Amino acid sequence: MSNEVTQHGHGHSEIVTTHDVHHDEHHVHHHHETFITKYIFSQDHKMIGRQFLITGIVWAIIGGLFSVLFRLQLGFPNTDFPILETFFGHWAKGGHIHPEFYYALVTMHGTVLVFFVLTAGLSGTFANLLIPLQVGARDMASPFLNMLSYWFFFTASIVMISSLFVQTGPASGGWTSYPPLSALGQASDGSKSGMDLWIISMALFVVSSLLGGLNYIATILNMRTKGMSMTRLPLTIWALFFTAILGVLSFPVLLSGFILLLFDRHAGTSFYLSDIVVNGQILDNEGGSAILYQHLFWFLGHPEVYIILLPAMGMVSEILSVNSRKPIFGYMAMLGSLFAIAILAFLVWAHHMFVTGLNPFLGAFFVLLTLLIAVPSAIKVFNWLTTLWRGNIRFTPATLFAIGFVSLFISGGLTGIFLGNSTIDIHLHDTMFVVAHFHIVMGVASFFGMFAGVYHWFPKMFGRYLNSTLGYIHFWVTMVGAYLIFWPMHYEGLAGMPRRYLDLSPWVTFNKFQSLNEMISIVSIIVFAMQLMFVFNFFYSMFKGRKVTNTNPWGANTLEWTTPINPGHGNWTGEIPEVHRWAYDYGKDGREFIPQTEPIGANESKH
Amino acid sequence: MTTFFIIAILALGFLITFQIAKATEYVTVLRGEERSRKQSNRINAFMLLMFLIVGMIGVYYCNERLKGKVLGEAASIQGEHIDVMLKITFIITGIVFVITQVALFWFAFKYQASDNRKALYYPHNNKLEVIWTVIPAVALTVLVGFGLYYWFKITGEAPADAMQVEITGKQFGWEFRYPGRDKVFGKRYFKNIKPEENNPLGQLWDDPANRDDVWVEQEMHCVVGKPVKLIIGSKDVIHDVGLSHFRMKMDAVPGTPTTLWFTPKFTTKEMKERENNPDFVYEISCDQMCGKGHTGMRGIVVVETQAEFDRWLAQKKPQYLVANPSKDPSAKPATPAAPAADTTKKTAAVLEGESTAKASH
Repeated sequence: MSNEVTQHGHGHSEIVTTHDVHHDEHHVHHHHETFITKYIFSQDHKMIGRQFLITGIVWAIIGGLFSVLFRLQLGFPNTDFPILETFFGHWAKGGHIHPEFYYALVTMHGTVLVFFVLTAGLSGTFANLLIPLQVGARDMASPFLNMLSYWFFFTASIVMISSLFVQTGPASGGWTSYPPLSALGQASDGSKSGMDLWIISMALFVVSSLLGGLNYIATILNMRTKGMSMTRLPLTIWALFFTAILGVLSFPVLLSGFILLLFDRHAGTSFYLSDIVVNGQILDNEGGSAILYQHLFWFLGHPEVYIILLPAMGMVSEILSVNSRKPIFGYMAMLGSLFAIAILAFLVWAHHMFVTGLNPFLGAFFVLLTLLIAVPSAIKVFNWLTTLWRGNIRFTPATLFAIGFVSLFISGGLTGIFLGNSTIDIHLHDTMFVVAHFHIVMGVASFFGMFAGVYHWFPKMFGRYLNSTLGYIHFWVTMVGAYLIFWPMHYEGLAGMPRRYLDLSPWVTFNKFQSLNEMISIVSIIVFAMQLMFVFNFFYSMFKGRKVTNTNPWGANTLEWTTPINPGHGNWTGEIPEVHRWAYDYGKDGREFIPQTEPIGANESKH
Repeated sequence: MTTFFIIAILALGFLITFQIAKATEYVTVLRGEERSRKQSNRINAFMLLMFLIVGMIGVYYCNERLKGKVLGEAASIQGEHIDVMLKITFIITGIVFVITQVALFWFAFKYQASDNRKALYYPHNNKLEVIWTVIPAVALTVLVGFGLYYWFKITGEAPADAMQVEITGKQFGWEFRYPGRDKVFGKRYFKNIKPEENNPLGQLWDDPANRDDVWVEQEMHCVVGKPVKLIIGSKDVIHDVGLSHFRMKMDAVPGTPTTLWFTPKFTTKEMKERENNPDFVYEISCDQMCGKGHTGMRGIVVVETQAEFDRWLAQKKPQYLVANPSKDPSAKPATPAAPAADTTKKTAAVLEGESTAKASH
């Protein structure tokens, strides 16, 4: 679909847009937008982005609450919380979380945050919002598939939520759901119908992700406005482009793994099962390999962490550049490192499996390739640092979160060098060190990228500002809290304390960490409460926030700020703007910023 | 009551923060946006610098507080390699951590917005890019080099004189088998697993190598200074043999045997003294989530001298004889009553162990 066609195709909705803005004027009725077509089954990429964001927020609250609940158990294993029994009945008899329930919480926390929040909520939101706006398109290549992508996600959400209410409880085999545990209902209550719902929900999620990803790729490749060559794209778009490619190539592999698991569960096959006596029952299965699932899972699972991280990197690059009033340093190097990360992401999956009995010789290659990823990551960090160097930095909440992202990415990235080295991994594998590592580098850092994006583009999404004082409080509490929670956790891991334990008192080796666990639990409750404050700020500001009066509130170069404050479906009221330069002419020739739409001047210096 | 109290306090804090935030927004409008923006910029820049300073002190303090709780010297020779590798990585990443974090927060503070300065237009510098591509690449080559050197040392074949122990995980406990005098493990088949017939591992009784194999539960014994090779398996789901004092770990996968080996350096007794803890034992922790009893899947390793070990093993009756009491030579010639009672007692104990294991989940 070329832009010209799109222009014509959406010609009439533009008219509506104009009238939406001055709505006291006469109403045009030939394109009737009802509540349903505008807010529910919308095909406008901006509305779909907002739908992803709000659904993601709801999920984040649920997933975060789960972590608070299991942190209560981990921090205070000997205390009873009668209120838990009030809410959860037999799952928390006597105010004490039942082990099955504990593992269900751990599993759901991981699944929800990795997939529903940081994949759908993060790249779903910003890919939808930013791709058409920043490449200069009126909508996605296929607005209809885009709408389907959200509704598949929504259906996946409904199925996952419903699994919380089945009698035997939701899936409880960890977010990775390794068989045989996840394949055998006899082995765990969570592997009964909860597990089926989990698989169905994840299959729907994969469909959603593929529909979205293909659309993003098609839009970026085909629908750039005149003059927008690939190397003039903002880094946000490049990051979202690689994210989409990673998703399209790896999610199907995950789906195949799930289908085999479904067969093992219900069709009597033995893909993952062999030599099993469970609960006194001798199973017939022979010849399967439980490790096969892990290969299939991590073939997605590792790219998945970059699917989560790359959009955050892209947004951080953009936000740091805009707010330090300086071009991003080393655009081509940034792009090259994104590319290198995307390629390497496919070649490192077995570093999650160093102690599964993997051939040590094979393991050696995965060590090499894994540590190789540190090179493009280091390039990115140094480029961000140089972008700040000799800038003129405005600390909006978005800038602070972007700086926080870089700090966390450094901390969490460096601990990755420990874990990627198989020798050290023998000791640290499946300990709290791993939990600390990936929460910092993938969980909290990506959340910081997401928050930065929300604070930065909220004016574009809702035509209002988020309250920035609350934004500053939100940032500082979260930043300090994140380090307080996860930094000391590394020490637990160094002492060998396994993850997913619920009570350390019987362990001579680990029970000395009880008081530390208490501290971590208390801080995590405070940080969680702070996030609720952000959610409040979000919804309050949506309706009551300070109105945006300037189309380009941050003085940014990219195209989304050339649209009206509240753009209608079709984004630009007139022609789509033409692009004449890259997105990062900040502070050039004594001018604070030069939008991409401005033609190159005759006397302009070259870069 | 306290729960409601805490919720009330949180709600109140919420309300107050929100009111302050709203008030500052009004003040912003009254005082002029530009002035307020400058002020909050200065405050945040200062906070970033403080965060760096307090954070670095915090990192140091955290290390002082917790380094004593991290395991001491590795209790196996192979574990020493892992500790050396940890140390090398600590030094390299520690340097990078300090340099980059200081640069990040210092630049943020130093280059906060000011009317007197213009941002430098500095889009790229290929020389710099090359420098910070090559330096990490060299550092990582060092890490990969050392890492793989130790990796192959640790994962290589166990020495021929290594003692062999078979370890099997199940929901939720550990079972061990010693090959006996012939040093060969008899064959086993999972469909023969019948704990109620004293055959918890599914040994094939017609295999002569099985005649002297000894089965024990929960507690493994090995000899100080002598390499021990674990042959690891699982009956039901994936477990993991975690030996944090020896710095060893390996998954127990049903249907696919795995191995690991190490040489213990200190006996349990020596460790009690070194750790200054009379309750010290080497623990086996299950490191792969295996169901609701995961946390309780604790085994014990007893490291002792050769003489102690021999004495311990000599007391153990081969599982073949436990399962087939009629074949027990010690039972026949002696007065039939006493040994028979002994066997039943043993069987009862085994069964009891099974049932308590079951009851505990």
